[in-house]
Amino acid sequence: MSLLWLVLLPVVGGLLALPLRDRGARWVALGALAAALALVCAVWSAGDGGRVADLSLAWLPQMGIRLHLALDGISFVLIVLTLVLGLLAVLASWTEIRERVGFFHFNLLWTLAGIVGVFLALDLFLFFFFWELMIVPMYLLIAIWGHENRTHASFKFFLFTQAGGLFLFVAILGLVFVHQQATGELTFDHDRLLDTPMSEGVAFWLMLGFFVAFAVKLPAFPLHTWLPDAHTEAPTAGSLVLAGLLLKTGAYGLLRFAIPLFPQASATFAPYAMALGVAGILYGAVLAFGQRDLKRLIAYTSVSHLGFVLLGLYAWNEMALQGVVLQMVAHGLATGGLFVLVGMLSERTHTRDLEKLGGIWDVAPRLGGAGMVLVMAALGLPGLGSFVAEMLILFGTFRVAPVMTALATLGLVCATIYALWIVQRTFHGENRGGWSFADLRAREAGVLAALIGALLWLGLYPQPVFDVARAALASLQGVVSGGHS
Amino acid sequence: MNGTDLVALGPLLALGAAAVVTLLSIAVRRHQRATATIAGLGLVAAACALPAAADVAPRQVTALVRIDDFALLYIGLFLAAAFATIVLAHDDLRRRAEPHREEFHVLVLLSTLGACVLATSTHFASFFLGLETSSVALYALIAYPRSGPAHAEAGLKYLLLAGASSAFLLFGMALVYADLGALSFDGFAAALLAGRGTPALVWPALALVVAGASFKLAVAPFHMWVPDVYQGAPAPVTGFLATVSKGAVLAALLRLFVALGGVERPVVVWTFGALAVTSMLAGNLLALSQRSLKRLLACSSVAHLGYVLVAFLAAAPVALEAVTWYLVAYFVTTLAAFGVVTVLAGGDREADALDDYRGLFWRRPWLAALLTGCLLSLAGIPLTAGFLAKFYALAAGTSEARWALVVALVVNSALSAFYYLRVVVAMAAPAPAAAPARRVPLGAGVLLAVLALLLVGLGVYPAALTALIRATATALS
Repeated sequence: MSLLWLVLLPVVGGLLALPLRDRGARWVALGALAAALALVCAVWSAGDGGRVADLSLAWLPQMGIRLHLALDGISFVLIVLTLVLGLLAVLASWTEIRERVGFFHFNLLWTLAGIVGVFLALDLFLFFFFWELMIVPMYLLIAIWGHENRTHASFKFFLFTQAGGLFLFVAILGLVFVHQQATGELTFDHDRLLDTPMSEGVAFWLMLGFFVAFAVKLPAFPLHTWLPDAHTEAPTAGSLVLAGLLLKTGAYGLLRFAIPLFPQASATFAPYAMALGVAGILYGAVLAFGQRDLKRLIAYTSVSHLGFVLLGLYAWNEMALQGVVLQMVAHGLATGGLFVLVGMLSERTHTRDLEKLGGIWDVAPRLGGAGMVLVMAALGLPGLGSFVAEMLILFGTFRVAPVMTALATLGLVCATIYALWIVQRTFHGENRGGWSFADLRAREAGVLAALIGALLWLGLYPQPVFDVARAALASLQGVVSGGHS
Repeated sequence: MNGTDLVALGPLLALGAAAVVTLLSIAVRRHQRATATIAGLGLVAAACALPAAADVAPRQVTALVRIDDFALLYIGLFLAAAFATIVLAHDDLRRRAEPHREEFHVLVLLSTLGACVLATSTHFASFFLGLETSSVALYALIAYPRSGPAHAEAGLKYLLLAGASSAFLLFGMALVYADLGALSFDGFAAALLAGRGTPALVWPALALVVAGASFKLAVAPFHMWVPDVYQGAPAPVTGFLATVSKGAVLAALLRLFVALGGVERPVVVWTFGALAVTSMLAGNLLALSQRSLKRLLACSSVAHLGYVLVAFLAAAPVALEAVTWYLVAYFVTTLAAFGVVTVLAGGDREADALDDYRGLFWRRPWLAALLTGCLLSLAGIPLTAGFLAKFYALAAGTSEARWALVVALVVNSALSAFYYLRVVVAMAAPAPAAAPARRVPLGAGVLLAVLALLLVGLGVYPAALTALIRATATALS
């Protein structure tokens, strides 16, 4: 039952926060997330490192739908990331959000509940349930509390993810009915659907349905166009959750469902998926340094970083997969941190325009220093988490696809350019805007210090993450190679 | 006819008696609250007759009607919807300060009676009788308020088009009789299977029947009347029209096509498939540009009937389950949505323009939350009944591997989210300075709370309804 509570805590917290004003809502949100964090750590530490908790209750038994939640290493890492970033999102919007505070935290907590549910669900119907559940509150976060162009951006976000989600749903239904025809058993359970016998053509189309939905969220190269708009227009907490967490649900979906359910079809498709990954890496990076809007720039870097995830996933060996898990965490922390930083900056300057910013370092050295470290994390400087992750992905991929890897490495060069561009335009140079404002307050400094500390830890001693994820990754790989034989 | 037959007919008899008693009570004394109470009690009495009827079901009573679990489930649904309509209309009529408000409730009872007969009909005669009883009462209901020309216009439009569609239907039935000498569904099916039909007569006959029914269901291309009538009718009547009247025709069609079973399946599939796709597209594309909530819901109902037809086309047990699930969810959602529209009306006008909903979240948070729930349910978002409904429609489509229909449904579903969300965003916009709002009356408040619970309850715990439907669906197939 504790797994159910993991989802219910944010849900209940959201309901409690709904009627509250200002401080009350913020503290309730913090309390609910902290309680969930404590709970997930307790559940994990009580287990042995495999699938430590497994909950399966009848939900709609007539259709073979069960309330099946399970926690393994990958889920654990991602849920901890979710809850930590959730806490930081509440802290980051402490002064930014002043209107309808209760409703804001309700939406934030329900989005997080949906994301936690996605990372826990092992019933495909339940998975889709959570998948869709997180879209509406996220949409409201952008549409109500976003910046100038929020209506357009929120619609685009909703339509892309909703359309992708429905293709996923059709693919799930298709898989379930293929399974029913082959075995006579109507079930949505991931574990039972794993070895569904089906023809190559059917498998390919179903796999494509899963892939499209996850690729929209990831976002993979041609399906990414919602992302720059949504990230740019969302409030800080929204950008943090979008970049740090929502994108990871796409990667998680590929890792947990799309590839293990259709190993053969995925192997056939791998070169194309990897090509899309490389295209995303280069395209995102090139577009990033064409941007004037700081948030938009960071949004494009996400396209680039998640390209590495796609590349590593379809390489499908242990080294690449470990890199993928670490990249998800590191990208969540680094990019999330950058969005938080931009939020703090634009709260003070009311602009995100690189042409107007400049010379901030002199005005606010602590802000500048933190920005420097986060930008270095984004470009993959050794000693910070992203470096380890991207190197592992490239090493892992090189064995499978050397040409792709070589091309992807160019992305690192581009990353250096746009990262330095950010530092130069924002923090260095002449103070053209005549800026003068207070440096980081204690709360803000605490948020950024926590993110930077975590990135340093991942960069210097990533072993704990590998240990946690190892058993889960090994079992996924076992499933897939079992399918090959 | 014997005593058991009377028990089986109990719900219909109680409903008919309720209409007469209500009418007589008006003759004794005009009192709006008392009349509404009597009509409501009549519906409750009819509902109380359901368990007794279920004990003797299934039972064919005369050649015309068959009381089985399927019919009883639909009757229960119609009674509940009629009850909701009466509760909402009570509030609406009081606001309008019309003279002679009492007959409204009699008309609701009569229209419901017609709908219940449709759900039980196994014969073209009872099909037609039920349809006309239901429609004639609706003409008057739509044009009931005499405060402006819009209501009369809507009533007249519905009268003319429904009259034309009845003529189609009747002509189709006449052709069936001319060719096969059978009017019962089973006789029709048996004659067709025996190969006695003349194709030149039977196919036009079926086409006319389907066209006539399509008018009532408002599936494209027979949907032209919907936006005007939905907008012109008082909001509680619109809710009734959208749910009971359409649900009844669908129930009768289900019976007819389950009886026809395997007869010329490909032609049936192509016909209804084409109707489904055109409805989805027409409804959603029309809804995109509406500035009125009632017209928007009207267009969305066209699309939803298209989704239902996808479920309708699956094999018998799956189709029955999916269609019924969809209808129940649609009933709850639509009644709740029009309930919100009803109670938001103020002064002498209804809250219809989208601008009336601007900032509703900050003025009337509970009503805005319920309306949001309804719109999300219509869009098929989780935690609402509509999500499970859409799941059933898609599952029914995939079970027959009708990928074209499934993809059409998916694309339209994404398209439809666009205009539902426009309303949600309008409600979340900053509130303009607004006139003081009318309090929600107790009856309507309780009703809306129950509907809200059902809306979420069905979305979170669907197993109970599925078990109920599954128990009844076996009655037909």
